[in-house]
Amino acid sequence: MDSEDEMLRSLGMKSIDELFEDIPEDVRVEEIGLPPGKSEMEVLNEVEAVLSMNKSIKEMPAFLGGGVYNHYVPALVDEILSRSEFYTSYTPYQPEASQGMLQALFEYQSMICELTGMEAANTSMYDWSTAIGEAALMAARLTRKSEIVVPRAMHWDKHSVLANYCKGPGIRVRAFDYDKETGKIDIEHLSSLVSDQTAGVYFESPNFFGVIEDGLDAVKDVSGDAMLIAGVNPISLALLKPPGDHGADIVVGEGQMLGSYPSFGGPLLGIFACLQKHVRKMPGRVIGITDDADGKRAFCMTLQTREQHIRREKATSNICSNESLMAIASAVYISVLGRNGLRKIANECVARTKEVARRIGTLDDYLAPAFASEYFNEFVVRSKISYDAVHKHLLHSGIHGGLPLKSHFPELEESALFAFTEVHTTSDIDRLVWALEGVR
Amino acid sequence: MSYRQARYEVPLILELEDTVGEDGSESELPQPLLREELRIPNLRESQVTRHYFRLSQMNFGVDTGFYPLGSCTMKHTPKILERVASSPKAKFLHPEQDWSTVQGALQILYELQGMLATLGGVHSVTLQPAAGAQGEFTGLLVARAYHEDNGEERTQVVLPDSAHGTNPASAAMMGFEVMEIPSNEGRVDLSALEKAVGEKTAAFMITNPNTLGLFESDILEIARIVHDAGAVLYYDGANLNAIMGRTNPGRMRFDIVHFNLHKTFATPHGGGGPGAGPIGVVDRLDEFLPVPVVAYDGERYYLEHDRPKSIGKVRSYLGNFAVLLKAYAYIKLQGGDGLKRVSDRAVLNSNYLSSRLEGVLDIPYNGLRKHEFVASASCLKERGVRAKDVCKRLIDFGFHPPTAYFPQLVDEALMIEPTESETKETLDRFAEVMREIVNEDPEITRSAPHNASVKRVDDVAAARKPVLSFKMMGR
Repeated sequence: MDSEDEMLRSLGMKSIDELFEDIPEDVRVEEIGLPPGKSEMEVLNEVEAVLSMNKSIKEMPAFLGGGVYNHYVPALVDEILSRSEFYTSYTPYQPEASQGMLQALFEYQSMICELTGMEAANTSMYDWSTAIGEAALMAARLTRKSEIVVPRAMHWDKHSVLANYCKGPGIRVRAFDYDKETGKIDIEHLSSLVSDQTAGVYFESPNFFGVIEDGLDAVKDVSGDAMLIAGVNPISLALLKPPGDHGADIVVGEGQMLGSYPSFGGPLLGIFACLQKHVRKMPGRVIGITDDADGKRAFCMTLQTREQHIRREKATSNICSNESLMAIASAVYISVLGRNGLRKIANECVARTKEVARRIGTLDDYLAPAFASEYFNEFVVRSKISYDAVHKHLLHSGIHGGLPLKSHFPELEESALFAFTEVHTTSDIDRLVWALEGVR
Repeated sequence: MSYRQARYEVPLILELEDTVGEDGSESELPQPLLREELRIPNLRESQVTRHYFRLSQMNFGVDTGFYPLGSCTMKHTPKILERVASSPKAKFLHPEQDWSTVQGALQILYELQGMLATLGGVHSVTLQPAAGAQGEFTGLLVARAYHEDNGEERTQVVLPDSAHGTNPASAAMMGFEVMEIPSNEGRVDLSALEKAVGEKTAAFMITNPNTLGLFESDILEIARIVHDAGAVLYYDGANLNAIMGRTNPGRMRFDIVHFNLHKTFATPHGGGGPGAGPIGVVDRLDEFLPVPVVAYDGERYYLEHDRPKSIGKVRSYLGNFAVLLKAYAYIKLQGGDGLKRVSDRAVLNSNYLSSRLEGVLDIPYNGLRKHEFVASASCLKERGVRAKDVCKRLIDFGFHPPTAYFPQLVDEALMIEPTESETKETLDRFAEVMREIVNEDPEITRSAPHNASVKRVDDVAAARKPVLSFKMMGR
């Protein structure tokens, strides 16, 4: 406090108020209008008391997916993320002071390229939905065309976000249907929507219903000159052919499952990767490799002339703060699991999903899986009784069921999307199956 | 010299050979769906630990030292925020959970909406935008929806030449034509503004205090001009740390405001993110906010989706919850009185440091500063030293460089924001070091840094031939 007086004195002032004399009287406020501050302990107790009103997915088996998945996070990920050299830094504008962050982000970019079969990746978008929006804008920049074709079977949030990203440049969004038997892309319908105005064709595999698409070469064929944009679950890519093998130009996806907690949906991690020939039209921060003055390998942000802080209204995107720390979580996650660990988790997802689908399928009141296809980690269950009643019964039994689909996919009637990962124990699954059986 | 950064040669993870054997697990999926190879090494946990630990030691954060990066508000994050956000009752919530199981989370979001509305002097707040730039994008979507609802097609966004780069970029992304007006003595030129706005203007975007750290004292006149033209007035909240408890955007008659929770509300910057960029709006814009809105009926918290004029969504779910939770705890910790002290000290620190640097560097634009100020290193040009060199040299003394070459209206700009976190001693030392750098052998400055984990990085070569992945290294 003494030093404050001293500082004021050196400025020739008697009171802090003099520092605010340039604020005109008629816009001043007397106080903020919030209650007084509290001690650290009081705040902790208060916030914990409010949080205790939640029932977390640690406290009940939960079978929710649809874009965010609960995978086990290795302790090392938390440990590295708690290094405050990382988490209290900002965008590495000054490469010499920030080599650690830069190298870790470069490693993240490299790992995303290995998984997706792309050549370049940025350090992150906000989430999968905004990555789709940015991919649509990038496709329009690359092709100078104004239509984007996307699956109708896509999370409703993504439809809404995409529509908002397309509003500025006036990109028209057209939605192709899915095959009612297999849940896969209705290739004829997709083909009928592609025209000489199509900037990009977007698909997801595994798709929103959890189905692994197996006709992707045909999708590339019907897309013609349009940019082919793939949406992925990166864990599935430990097993599946990468989109690069199917001719994708851009790959987007959600990276939360790579070492980040569900956290009520945020922060998430928007994956964004593309072919080398497209990088100058790519949005977002990107790290490159170079030398320092001694000729030693060094890393720095590069291609910054695409970005808002240099190019202003001509930038490829407005993004500034992104989800870098989640990208670091992903890099650590992938590194510590290695090829073995990633494959093991992906295999467990597949095996568990198959097994549960078979078991639910034998129950009288359910059709599972609703589509006859290969699945990764989730599938649609159709119920002969009201799914709302099933949902409530499960909650009452201390289980959180799948994601209800009826309001967005009325043709699927009483249905929900159930997801499974390595965190679900055999007893969790037994409880689910028994509870489903006992609804009536 | 007082600082020496760790200096390791750390190979890339992808350059390492397997140290754990293949476990050969078989997939149940049909062969044609499967990939042939996956180039991710199998390593031991000890190797991976040391790898990332060493990288962290080659990184400079606020916890390492003074980080006066202008307009980024690199303040100290009270450690309690990390503890609060690590609760399993927060981390293990799925965004699609039934409302009855997430009452605590919804209560926090609901209360935070209210706190920010009070602080901003606005009617209502959405927490959905993931960052400040996304807040701008959301605000402009709201502005556009509002004008369209009035049957007006407004195609232009006006902003001063000192605006943050995200402002014009967000406007362009929303399809608006961007019109920049020149500043007059570092502030908005009222006659230029009057000429620029008209029936085509959708919004005028500014931050107050502006990027020079100067308060726009004519703000009510600015508001009148903008509102008379039928446009909305947008507040870029990047500089909110300067004015809490003294004024607020609502009092200044702003219609839309974004809050950077990772700046003013102390959530850590995460090496580039995550942040959070909630926006607040006045009454007449409320119906256009993104869905869902977190609401309370006196008994339970719930999500309100039925808002026919809403712009929809700008990202999935409800926003960066973990970041929102930290900001909520920070506001409780500080309280109204504490936040006022935050702004008071931030402004005192800025004015004090600015006065200490007088005579060392040029400090254009006389008068009071708010939370930041811009110095010019142009006086060093004749000795062959540039602002960039000064930045690099500061690292040798354990200081993160300020924002350089912005705003562009100052030659060789060094934009310095000390924040309230710093002591007088740190500021004195920074001024002393700056004086030393200005007077030292220019060759030492030009070849800096000397004590960082690497020497001067060749970013020109990086951009000329971009190598952005292991694959692009030809591996």
